[in-house]
Amino acid sequence: MTRRFFTHGMTRGSWVFLALLAAAGVLVPALNLGLPAGHPLHMPTYAVTLSGKYLTYALLALALDLVWGYCGILSLGHAAFFALGGYAMGMYLMRQIGPRGVYGDPLLPDFMVFLDWQELPWYWLGFDAFPVALAMALVVPGLLAFVFGWFAFRARVGGVYLSIITQAMTYALLLAFFRNDMGFGGNNGLTDFKEILGFDLQSDATRAGLFAASALALGLAFVLCVAITSSRLGKVLVAVRDAESRTRFLGYRVEHYKLFVWTVSAMMAGLAGALYVPQVGIINPGEFAPANSIEAVIWVAIGGRGTLVGPVLGAGLVNFAKSWFTAALPELWLFALGALFIAVTLFLPKGLVGSLPRLWANATSARSKAPPDARTKAPAAAE
Amino acid sequence: MYPPPPTLPRAALNAGAAASAPPAPKSSRGPMIRACLLPPAQAIPALRALLLLALVLGASLAGSLARAEESADLRAAIAALAKGSFAETEKRIAALAALGDARAVPALEALAGGDLYRREADGAVFIARSAGGGYRLTEPLSLQDVGTAGRREVKKIRVNNRLRRTIRAALGALTLSASDPARRLAAAKAILKTRDGEAVEALDQALARETDPQVAAVMQAARAAAVLASDRSAEEKSAAIDLLAARGDREAMAIVASIATAGDAPLAAQAKAAVARMERSQALWDVARNIWYGLSLGSVLLLAAIGLAITFGVMGVINMAHGEMVMLGAYTAFMVQGLFGALAPGLIDYALVVALPAAFLVTGLVGIAIERGVIRFLHARPLETLLATWGVSLILQQGVRTLFGPTNREVGSPSFMSGAFELGQLTITYNRLWILVFSLTLFAALIAAMRKTRFGLTIRAVTQNRRMAASMGIRTPLVDALTFGLGSGIAGIAGVALSQIDNVSPNLGQSYIIDSFMVVVFGGVGNLWGTLLGAMSLGIANKFLEPFAGAVLAKILVLVFLILFIQKRPRGLFALKGRAVEA
Repeated sequence: MTRRFFTHGMTRGSWVFLALLAAAGVLVPALNLGLPAGHPLHMPTYAVTLSGKYLTYALLALALDLVWGYCGILSLGHAAFFALGGYAMGMYLMRQIGPRGVYGDPLLPDFMVFLDWQELPWYWLGFDAFPVALAMALVVPGLLAFVFGWFAFRARVGGVYLSIITQAMTYALLLAFFRNDMGFGGNNGLTDFKEILGFDLQSDATRAGLFAASALALGLAFVLCVAITSSRLGKVLVAVRDAESRTRFLGYRVEHYKLFVWTVSAMMAGLAGALYVPQVGIINPGEFAPANSIEAVIWVAIGGRGTLVGPVLGAGLVNFAKSWFTAALPELWLFALGALFIAVTLFLPKGLVGSLPRLWANATSARSKAPPDARTKAPAAAE
Repeated sequence: MYPPPPTLPRAALNAGAAASAPPAPKSSRGPMIRACLLPPAQAIPALRALLLLALVLGASLAGSLARAEESADLRAAIAALAKGSFAETEKRIAALAALGDARAVPALEALAGGDLYRREADGAVFIARSAGGGYRLTEPLSLQDVGTAGRREVKKIRVNNRLRRTIRAALGALTLSASDPARRLAAAKAILKTRDGEAVEALDQALARETDPQVAAVMQAARAAAVLASDRSAEEKSAAIDLLAARGDREAMAIVASIATAGDAPLAAQAKAAVARMERSQALWDVARNIWYGLSLGSVLLLAAIGLAITFGVMGVINMAHGEMVMLGAYTAFMVQGLFGALAPGLIDYALVVALPAAFLVTGLVGIAIERGVIRFLHARPLETLLATWGVSLILQQGVRTLFGPTNREVGSPSFMSGAFELGQLTITYNRLWILVFSLTLFAALIAAMRKTRFGLTIRAVTQNRRMAASMGIRTPLVDALTFGLGSGIAGIAGVALSQIDNVSPNLGQSYIIDSFMVVVFGGVGNLWGTLLGAMSLGIANKFLEPFAGAVLAKILVLVFLILFIQKRPRGLFALKGRAVEA
């Protein structure tokens, strides 16, 4: 039964994607660790870390797609959940430093010693245990999303208004985490991590392991998303997206569906953040910046919202382009990103994955017959 | 002339205002002083010349001659500072102050600051600043540069804290007779702070001479404070309490409060009543101050949001590039000012006036281009509009960064916008006042344009019922473009105003975008009056929270409040009603 819940929605494309992801999860660490540094197929460690970072971005994009692509909730605050998950992991990594900090305090992280704090604030307790930190990386974003969604969806705040208040939420958190009094390192955030679960964070093996963990997390989240979207619940979500009032009139408690998928999505984003932090080695309030959330939206848009492979692809492509541009032509990156935003919304409203098959089909069958099929057009939200 | 300066009754002497005041003007008595500094043999002809002058100019200068003789004493008194123990120096400072000559001020200030040095060779005293390997010497009376000295040729005249206090008190009395009103004001304020009971007579004399009403008022207060600290009669003290109570500021309150706890019974009772009165008025002034700051912040929010009230509020376009329109307006002001600086530096005060229409044109045209190029294709797809305009904003930001560089640009303030005035206990700066006036004017102009002009009528027609408007022969695409241009142009004008109080950098717009959306949503989308009320109430709420929570936390609280408010009233304070809403 449970097995069917997870597998019956899997299409051939989904299996191919999972197979590719699994192959990458095995091959990349193998190419990095198994081959000597001079070997032509050797994968340098920085590339492993970079790809691992892309995978966490892809997980964030997947989370965003679940609410935007399938339920029509455009969140401009998903970076907040991502960053909260990151802070939870960062707190664990901070505690792991132990007495090896600059000030050598056995209990307090360096920034607290610097601020002359005498004892660990209560909300830092327990973060020295990895399971607690990992749980918090899921629970804290989930709880915030639940409370936020509880109010917002019951009040039927929707569409643009919801987008604007999610942006206000992440902005408020940005301001809050900048404060030194919050006890999260203020402006500098948390950094100087040493090890995770006893493994040195600088070593190649740990980095390869983190990559594999990211791939695994992405794979599991993907399966979960497939299960959700192909279930009966998923159909209701799509109905909410396309005609919210009509769904409500049919007797569905729209706000419950929204709240469920919103909370799940926030927890996925938190997990992405938790995997992101050990790979980049720092978390600071800048991660809450509203611009980050909006950038994540473009990953989904360009890959194709309403498809599950699309956001992963979009996150990878955009971030690869970003890495390339900021190294080669830093001046031009924002021009390119801005143009991408405009071009995708104007010319590729369904994104790459959503549009390419159609374009392909049109190209191959254009000459034979195929009058424009009216039914393939997305029905306008009739409210 | 003045009583010898006492050691201070209270040690709580801050680095007095007198010490940080600018050096005394040296022009007025320059030639004469120089004459006195000459060796005696040469000084005599100089004095003769002065005598001649005095004859020509009349009796007024005869006094000066007497002072010229006095300055020999002054010189001796300053030179005497270099010798002896601390206790002796204290006496000498008193003697110097007793001469009552404001020309001794620089020397005393230098002594307090550790800049007064004695030349080993001849025992002469100089103000010295270290320069290169040695010191640059300044004659303490004439303030003339007299060359340099090596490190070993001069010796610092030492002071201790007790001496420093003595010096401050002496300075307070001396500077009361300075010729610069700002300096007299500083001296009076210093006495107000130290509450020196011995200064009453000095203040009486200074008050008799004082012509500047503002300085006189502070001197009165200082005198009252001094009377309370002295052993004068109870009637005088009672009058002093009344005077301070009428003044009513924090300093006066502190002085009266100290009498309330420490004074004799009838005086203490009077002081207690006065403190209670003053506390009430203080509380009122605090409220007034918060309201003023709040209105000031609200006017900034209004400026930032007013263009968005058109593009988002009236048209319903989620314009994330709105902040960049503000930024472009600010840069237009920078460019116009640069043009004025190059072509007509004399008219630089009018640069901002010219920048207003220029910014309206520039950003209005950019806005029309955005509407024609991007937004019209995304009609009725608000979320996509949001993304596309965000893309536009990235391009505009980077474009400005590439053209002008990432650093802050300075837009100067015209002279009529600098300075401040006092309104009761409020200090109101002109630039804030102008911005408040300007934002309200802009708002009124916009309301008038929407209500009274034909263009405004067509805008309202198109936004309320597009198809009907089109049927009536209104060219809706043109109206869309012009409306977006209007909103953008107004954002640009706001940018010119904001360039006066904020850094003009490519990131200028980003810092306003969330605030301005919040204001528009809070006030009620599509309702201009709501935007005005929203901006002002958010500004005031912010400023009332700040004393309790601090600036950042206040902002966070306001944001959280807004998030909760939108849950309660998703369409803002003043929601539009009727069929237009459903469209």
